Amino acid sequence: MDLTEKITALAPDVQVEEAQYPTYTVSSDRLHEVAWMLRKKEGYDFLLSLTGIDLGEALGVIYHLSKSENPMDLIVLKTSTTDRENPQLFSVTDIWRTANLNEREVFGLFGIRFINHPDMRRLFLNNSWNGFPFRKDYDENPELNPLNLESECQSDKLRSLSFTKQGVIEREGEVFSKEEYVVNIGPQHPATHGVLHFRVSLDGEIIKKVDPHLGYIHRGVEKMCERMSYPQMLHLTDRLDYLSAHINRHALCMCIEKAAEIEVSERVLYIRTIMDELTRIASHLLGWASMCMDMGALTAFIYGMRDREKIIDIFEATCGARLIMNYNVIGGVMYDLHPDFQKQVKEFIPYMRKMMKEYHQIFTGNIIASERMHNIGMLTKKKAIAYGVTGPSGRASGFSCDVRKHKPYGVYDKVNFSEMLREEGDAFARYMLRLDEIMESLNILEQLIDNIPEGSIQTKIKPIIRIPEGEYFQAVEAARGLFGVYICSKGDKSPYRLKFRSPGLPLISIVNLIAREEKIADLIAIGGSLDYVVPDIDR
Amino acid sequence: MEVKNIKIKGIKREDFKDNEYLEKYYVQELQQYGSNVFIGALDDLLDWGRSNSVWPLTFATSCCGIEFMSVGAARFDFARFGFEVTRSSPRQADIIVVAGTIVKKMAPVLKRLYDQMAEPKYVVAMGSCAISGGPFCDTYHVVNGVEEIIPVDVYVPGCPPRPESLLYGLMQLQRKMKLERFIEAAHKSKQRRKEAKKAALSELEKQNQQLSQES
Repeated sequence: MDLTEKITALAPDVQVEEAQYPTYTVSSDRLHEVAWMLRKKEGYDFLLSLTGIDLGEALGVIYHLSKSENPMDLIVLKTSTTDRENPQLFSVTDIWRTANLNEREVFGLFGIRFINHPDMRRLFLNNSWNGFPFRKDYDENPELNPLNLESECQSDKLRSLSFTKQGVIEREGEVFSKEEYVVNIGPQHPATHGVLHFRVSLDGEIIKKVDPHLGYIHRGVEKMCERMSYPQMLHLTDRLDYLSAHINRHALCMCIEKAAEIEVSERVLYIRTIMDELTRIASHLLGWASMCMDMGALTAFIYGMRDREKIIDIFEATCGARLIMNYNVIGGVMYDLHPDFQKQVKEFIPYMRKMMKEYHQIFTGNIIASERMHNIGMLTKKKAIAYGVTGPSGRASGFSCDVRKHKPYGVYDKVNFSEMLREEGDAFARYMLRLDEIMESLNILEQLIDNIPEGSIQTKIKPIIRIPEGEYFQAVEAARGLFGVYICSKGDKSPYRLKFRSPGLPLISIVNLIAREEKIADLIAIGGSLDYVVPDIDR
Repeated sequence: MEVKNIKIKGIKREDFKDNEYLEKYYVQELQQYGSNVFIGALDDLLDWGRSNSVWPLTFATSCCGIEFMSVGAARFDFARFGFEVTRSSPRQADIIVVAGTIVKKMAPVLKRLYDQMAEPKYVVAMGSCAISGGPFCDTYHVVNGVEEIIPVDVYVPGCPPRPESLLYGLMQLQRKMKLERFIEAAHKSKQRRKEAKKAALSELEKQNQQLSQES
């Protein structure tokens, strides 16, 4: 019995489509049962992305699912509700833990309330915000939501919906009880890597609960994309996770190229792959540097930033900019490589290898550092999958989730490299994994740098790009994990809905899980080892 | 005093693009009544000290923050020019470099940080987001420029600005500080308050006299 029949048995009104991925649209009352069956009987244990969408008459949610053995073998599950006044759908938080923050995001931006979700607060916007900005009929009048210079009082009250025999009833609860001792960390704190706000409940110096509070840099990038044409929106991707600017932009370019059936030359594939790997090294260096600085090693910060400047120099020669390069375009890259590019990269590879030894000597082997990082912030493989943690943090727990291996893009299928995996799942494993990945990226660069073929750097494209009607999803391995782009197109020159699957949001959702029962001082080391970038979480 | 007297080590006066502005607003308007020799000399000494020890607040919301970190790290190293160390507490900081987009939820936090800083305090708006909202200016949640929240002294354009341009912006701020005449301004405002009080009292007296004559 194949999957379609199994789903039909549970939900007879299912609509099956063979789009880019098998797509199953089920009615809202059957959704939870289908999801439960997929998770428990079929082994779809990895919820890649959860997207809200305004379908005009209905409000819907789209689930991208896969099995953890092969994370890129996707199926798509869809549901919707026609009630726009009081939309309610069943929550899947009890099936996939990662849905928790995603459903709160959908509630804040679309107004869909999820039944049985334990904590229905808005994720990004203030509670007093009028309207739901991602709906198509949202009133953008700034007078409705004026700039307010008084901080909004954060209530500990929760409201949730729960499903009982009497039907759906409202429940009230609280985030922290009155007896708990709650400390604010952030939004302005040097060790939160940006404007992130943790509310931490303490017993002595032991953490009892962490409540992450997001949205201090929520810019509404996805909504902006709905008004922009495809070439215009590219520059926004660079500014999401600015440390993997090339990689994010690569994802959006690939998604549009696949949808519009634009072929790119072999040379472009090589250039993009090399740039991605350089970006990864630069990002991991900065991640390493800032993690060490958070733990008090300023020398490591200076070393990391010094070596990162070498990569920035290579970028600057070719792209003309240091941090946000705006280099990939639809159909190719903006400029050809600088004549010295290969020479610079070849000089950099042995230099970086030499420096890595020094890094290990100066910090990894340091008894204080290693004592501080071992056995804190333990994340098991099962939890990593349930919470959708990918990238170095997921691989440090043994979750093989490297998109470069599972579904190669660019020229990753032509190079010989291994996916770095560790089993321990503590802060030290995450720290080591980043340094290992730098070495592996150097290997990839070494194999590619002499073999860049000749060819054009840009395919001729029409000035106005229209994507045929349909839905498209493209994932890449960004420096912090799986970065995905979902485009729903109605055939116009701008998308109907565009969603960025951020690698950072799952990282935030596990802080409450892995920092519990640790000391408050270790929260900083755990946060450093997760290496999140806040604008990528808030979008 | 003329602008040419302000000394920034290693950079000529002509290389700065804001000489006219400083001449007009700082030299002519702020210092038009001349100054006491003693207080003037004391001010010069104080401004020399203040402008060479400007400690920024560790504050960054997005991309510009990484360039701000680069300026603090080995290659660019703003400690060479007196921006010795970034402070994590606003109460110990002299300037706030607003590096990155400010959204409506962040605005009250930024205002509070600014209010917590001790006087004299300065604001540098770094990058197009802090100046005008930049690429995100037409979304529902972004504040179009920090000047809607706090007064800005120097704008550093770019998306993100290069480290060199941030250094240039910080030097422009140092030049402003050197012209500011801190004690004298305080002294003058005290005098001005006294004069205003005197004027108000004499006005009141006149009115009283008029009233008594009429009755």
